[in-house]
Amino acid sequence: MSRLYVARNPRVAARSLDGEMMIMSGRDSTLFTLNKTATILWQAADGATPLDQIVERKICPEFDVEPAVALQDAESLARELAHHEILQVSEEPIAQNPSPGAAR
Amino acid sequence: MPELTQACTQEIVGRLSLVIEVGGTPIRVNTTDPEFFSVVQDRYRGFLSDSERTEIDFEIELVEPGFGDPQAEVRVRQRQGQWSFERGDFRAEWEPAKRTGRIRQVAKPYSLDSVLRIVHTLVLASKSGFLLHAASAIRNGKAFLFAGVSGAGKTTISSFAPADATLLSDEISYAMRQGAGYSAFGTPFTGELDILGENVSAPIAALYLLAKGTKNRIDAISPGEAVRSLLANILFFAEDSELVHSTFDSAFDFVSRIPVSRLTFVPDARVWELIG
Repeated sequence: MSRLYVARNPRVAARSLDGEMMIMSGRDSTLFTLNKTATILWQAADGATPLDQIVERKICPEFDVEPAVALQDAESLARELAHHEILQVSEEPIAQNPSPGAAR
Repeated sequence: MPELTQACTQEIVGRLSLVIEVGGTPIRVNTTDPEFFSVVQDRYRGFLSDSERTEIDFEIELVEPGFGDPQAEVRVRQRQGQWSFERGDFRAEWEPAKRTGRIRQVAKPYSLDSVLRIVHTLVLASKSGFLLHAASAIRNGKAFLFAGVSGAGKTTISSFAPADATLLSDEISYAMRQGAGYSAFGTPFTGELDILGENVSAPIAALYLLAKGTKNRIDAISPGEAVRSLLANILFFAEDSELVHSTFDSAFDFVSRIPVSRLTFVPDARVWELIG
């Protein structure tokens, strides 16, 4: 099974406020508020770290969940965020410029 | 004010011209149609300016109704430094580098009003400001904004404003960063009351999110809810990533500087006992 890589879409605006990650689509200005899992995924999505490593290192320690189940859920979530053009998903590492929202 | 009107308008070989200044941004509009000129002059009374240097110089060409799809949604796009706006009743271009633009529209002031609203959202985005679906008023030297969608109570609260309050708008409020805070400016963009705001400004003391209820009360809300509600009420038309970023940042900045709370109110004048 091939690995997935995820990267933040640099066209979105993103900020964290009191633990809430808010993201606004650069395409149609739709506002999204991410839940805790999606926030972890967003913050770790550097384009270079495979999704299974993100799940193992960042998500599993936060939740009482089997790694295989967590990876399956994370893949679904990543594809949903990609559908909204919040994340980019690829089977290859994704070269990425620094996102305006990534550092906030 | 005939003297002011005369000072603010010019006629140059059949070309009629006036400057409409909202929030300190003077925009000149030119037309060759005396009847339309007269309507515009009356529509924006109180916001006419004698500024020589204008932010934009728009040439208006009036066209017959039906030149575009009447059901078309507004579209605002930027390509190669030129903005284009279009809806069923107007098409406009604006080239910021040249400070010039062109509007083709039906002979209705509402079409020009829509173009001006769009232009101000774009101008404000670069000045850490925004237009907001909100009524606003000045009381005791401070501005108060009352935000909400249609039916939330903007018109109601405006109609009950006491005599010592100066109405800035009953529908679309103009907020811009100034110094360490934000200021609200009067606008000619009216709602159901169809009363122009006063062309004055004041530092914003509070933003209230309107809700109708059985008693008057002010409740604190979380910063996250404040940002979400603010963003939901900001006028935003452009399909442009850079503007999305600047408007998004302005909303967070605003919430970090201005108290935002929920104002639940009974629709009568007593709500103003809580304001100011």
